[in-house]
Amino acid sequence: MARMISYCMRIIEIPMLYLQKRLGISRLAWVFLLPNLLLFGLFAFLPVVLNFVYAMTGSDQILLQDRTFVGMGNYQTLTSCEDFLNPNSCKDDLFWRAVYNTFWFVLLQVGFMVGFALLTALMLNSKIRARGFFRSVFFFPVLLSPVVVALIWKWILQREGLANAALEGMGFDTINWLLDRHWAFFWSVFISVWAHMGFYTLILLAGLQAIPRDVYEAASMDAASPFRTFRRITLPLLMPTMIVVLVLSLIKSVQTFDEVYAFTGGGPGSATTLLIQYVYETGFAGTPRLFGLASAASILLAVVLVILTCLQLWASRRNVNG
Amino acid sequence: MGKAIAFLTRTRGRGDGSQRLHWTDWFTYGYLFLGIVLMFGPVVWLVMSSFKTDAELNNFPPRFLPYAQESVVLDGHKKPLPLFTVTEGELAGTQVAQVRRVGIVSQMVKLDAPDEIIKIKVKEREPVEKLALAWENYTDLFKRFNFLQFLWNSTFITIISTLIMLLVNSMAAFALSKYEFRGRTTVLALIIGTLMIPQTVVLVPLFLVVREMGMINSLWGVIIPGAATPTGVFLLRQYMLTIPDEILDAARMDKASEWKIYWRIILPLSAPAIAVLAILAIMWRWNDFLWPLIVLSRTENFTLQLALNSFQGEMQTQWSSLLAMTVLTLLPIAVVFAFLQKYIATGIASTGGK
Amino acid sequence: MMKLKKNVVGQLVLLASLGTAASFAQAQELRFMCSTDGNECEVIDELVTRFEQENEGVDITVDIVPYKSIQENLPVQLAAGSGPDIAKVTDLGGLSQYYLDITPYVEADYWEQSFGDILNWYRKSADDKGIYGLHSQLTITGGYINRTLFDQAEIEPPAADASWEEWAEAVAKVADATETPYLMAMDRSGHRIAGPAISDGAKLFADDGTPALVDEGFTRFVTKFVEWNNNGTMLRDVWAGTGGDTYQDAAQEFISGSLVYYYSGSWQVGKFDSEIGDAFDWQVVGTPCGEVACTGMPGGAGIVGFSSTEQPEIVGKLLDYLAREDNYAELTARTRNIPAHAAVAAKGVDYEGASAPAAAALNAWGKQVEKVSPVAYAYQGYKHNRAMFGITMTRVSQAIVGELSIEEAMERATADLEQTMAEVESK
Repeated sequence: MARMISYCMRIIEIPMLYLQKRLGISRLAWVFLLPNLLLFGLFAFLPVVLNFVYAMTGSDQILLQDRTFVGMGNYQTLTSCEDFLNPNSCKDDLFWRAVYNTFWFVLLQVGFMVGFALLTALMLNSKIRARGFFRSVFFFPVLLSPVVVALIWKWILQREGLANAALEGMGFDTINWLLDRHWAFFWSVFISVWAHMGFYTLILLAGLQAIPRDVYEAASMDAASPFRTFRRITLPLLMPTMIVVLVLSLIKSVQTFDEVYAFTGGGPGSATTLLIQYVYETGFAGTPRLFGLASAASILLAVVLVILTCLQLWASRRNVNG
Repeated sequence: MGKAIAFLTRTRGRGDGSQRLHWTDWFTYGYLFLGIVLMFGPVVWLVMSSFKTDAELNNFPPRFLPYAQESVVLDGHKKPLPLFTVTEGELAGTQVAQVRRVGIVSQMVKLDAPDEIIKIKVKEREPVEKLALAWENYTDLFKRFNFLQFLWNSTFITIISTLIMLLVNSMAAFALSKYEFRGRTTVLALIIGTLMIPQTVVLVPLFLVVREMGMINSLWGVIIPGAATPTGVFLLRQYMLTIPDEILDAARMDKASEWKIYWRIILPLSAPAIAVLAILAIMWRWNDFLWPLIVLSRTENFTLQLALNSFQGEMQTQWSSLLAMTVLTLLPIAVVFAFLQKYIATGIASTGGK
Repeated sequence: MMKLKKNVVGQLVLLASLGTAASFAQAQELRFMCSTDGNECEVIDELVTRFEQENEGVDITVDIVPYKSIQENLPVQLAAGSGPDIAKVTDLGGLSQYYLDITPYVEADYWEQSFGDILNWYRKSADDKGIYGLHSQLTITGGYINRTLFDQAEIEPPAADASWEEWAEAVAKVADATETPYLMAMDRSGHRIAGPAISDGAKLFADDGTPALVDEGFTRFVTKFVEWNNNGTMLRDVWAGTGGDTYQDAAQEFISGSLVYYYSGSWQVGKFDSEIGDAFDWQVVGTPCGEVACTGMPGGAGIVGFSSTEQPEIVGKLLDYLAREDNYAELTARTRNIPAHAAVAAKGVDYEGASAPAAAALNAWGKQVEKVSPVAYAYQGYKHNRAMFGITMTRVSQAIVGELSIEEAMERATADLEQTMAEVESK
């Protein structure tokens, strides 16, 4: 395998070397970028551009040429609210319910997930036996497909499931986990943390292990308190990794869909309906398919995400520099 | 608190020499074992459930091990009869076989007198059960499906798509992290910007693009768009930024070509990040459902995830088959992980040591 | 080892080239997209194979796909011109613009006599006289009871003309006497709740034929239904436990014996038969009576050809073959369905191999067909009924969990329908 790859690479080197001589190093960068830009442009960027066009059209037809142009109409439908804090006063109340659900979901999910991932990474980085084993234990749920994650937990939390059997066994009343809006929300956050925590733990662990050991040795010679060591050495040195983790987890969290959708279906009522579910149901799963409205909602979502990410990057940069 | 932090921040190299376990060690192990229960428990429960019959799945409270009712073959009865224990009345404690049940009364026979019908109320009997794995949940799948074909399709899509993605993304990440050129910020902004829009919301435009390319009902329609995710570029670039430029300059002094720098220096040095991305890519493609569902509608190019979902009809779900199929789709990825896991551990250790 | 690896690469290349070559080789092949609740696709596949044997050179592949494929992707594929030749569909009216008119290839009189008004469900408009689909699976919604629990409680089930209130009362007594945890449940579906609502006077259409979901009768039943969900008469989990357009049933609860009354439909018979076994006796009771009727909703799935096919004649012939009396009877019997074919229904179906309770249940469902009200037929045949089902589901659920009051929910439902109609008519 390795020999084959090495052989291929050597073949590619011939045209690359020629291009390097012809174009010079700085323009060679575009050659490296080209395959990615092609794929990316066609299958990621072009659909997004089309999405902008869809957002300005109405009707339930799928092909663009059959659709009617409505300009900003879809955005107006989404944003016409008497009182933005009360979804009931909005024209599209489901959209605003989804907005608020997503806000709380992201806040809780990112907070708990990054917190637990950091704690777990620190534990796994300490002097323990069978580290490889424990590391894979925490990473394991990441491998499960969202549908499977939802299925497993639904299976456990259903009225006649394991969780209630355990409660009954201990002499408590059974709880209808997914029927109570607060419990349903809690478990949605829980399974999402459960499923994705391992990935961020792994990244943070890689970051922790990249911190040179002699820094700690110096600290222990100075008899710095462990808390101080953590705050003054570990955390700042971990910051670049933390930024990646925070940015990625925030983006992924706002985009949470599959596992919660398969888990609660967005219920009870619309208590766990997140934004992507709104988009999916409006534009794809429901009848009739209101692509225009769905596209407009997804663009609003993307705009918010861009702002959030920029804020985050700006804040963390300030943090690192200051 | 201070001590907790002490053990939290302690690295492997910094032992204090004492062999006695400190309470903080107990805490660590406690946390980690709780982790095992929480992370593996549900999956174990799923696996156990996949060996249960439909009747047993409907039972409450659920039991950990799969049981099935015992039955006996008696003279004068063609079919095997289910066994019960009588719980009340003069026959309490004896085992009887049920011939039929009418309303709330069972017609039973004693094992030693298979012709003589006795009537017993339904509430006064209990099934005799034994441990039994419902292998038929699995064997039925193989009978019903061309399982190997689906496995091959899933594997083909996963491997090819992952390889393309790793190559293309690492090249782009290399260009974006190690070269200064006009337009770099723009490209980066575009890539990160697209990261903000998940595939779920552009399903329809993406479908139209893929149709124009003539890739509907072809495995390539899943492979190629799958390789175009922006996450990989972002992850790899962040990692490559930490590789010092001096190494590159030294290589250029030795007249190494840029391509050689890419695959001889940058790629090996980014091994941990590439391993992580490889695992993610494998997992994404293997578990992908919505997109293959749209592109592939012919049985011969179905993936395992699609086959898994054909158990969900409009009105009904066949839980036993669904659970068994879920376990089957889990197996290969668990094996892959078992191998790559070691590689990550060493990969991280080797870079971490420097 | 090296050899083996080369082999793998060789295979990959081969497969890649095959992938492109295969698309040419398959030009004569017809694709039949089928999704299934039970064994329909398998039986259909067998019949199709027989058809292939009788007609040389015909090659039809039945693809068994997830229901999601039919529901969500087929419309997109058809719009984009890349759909299959034949499919078994459930959104009968919504896809009608893509259907192939098979009138030239079949005996129209035979179809009219056999299927009558059901053919309208597939038509584009009232003045459309084409023949488009074979209704392979006729379903009727209605209730099941756990008869054993009634016997144990020594309570006689209410008569066929009993109202919902009488049923609720009787079921409560039974549950009380037998310590059964759940009283009644209804599938979470806009289609299921429509029957009782129509029985309570919902008209669903204005006098000019335009859809009008909310009226006095509809609100009356929804109000009752919401109240029952919140006072424990209805198993709240089903409607409140999930959100959006998600379908949810209560079959598990009924099968495990913890539910006395279950409002679902005829398609459950096969599942109940195999999974309940002789754990208890169950019985079909139809739909309780409301103010004006005692009607369930008809429904089901049908096999249609698409006008994009290159071989319309074969598609037409296949549908005609499946519609033949003997074949249709076999299909109905083996898939445990109610016949939509008049002659087959008149002769009665011999459900070969079905247990006594299953056969009794299927025949009981067959008798329910005549009680179906014209409004229910019209609703089932309406092109955009799926949109109305979806709106009902979302808004009634919100009323149950208390996110909206009943008045607000009904207002929202009216507004939703207006918006939907505006969108679909804006082309």
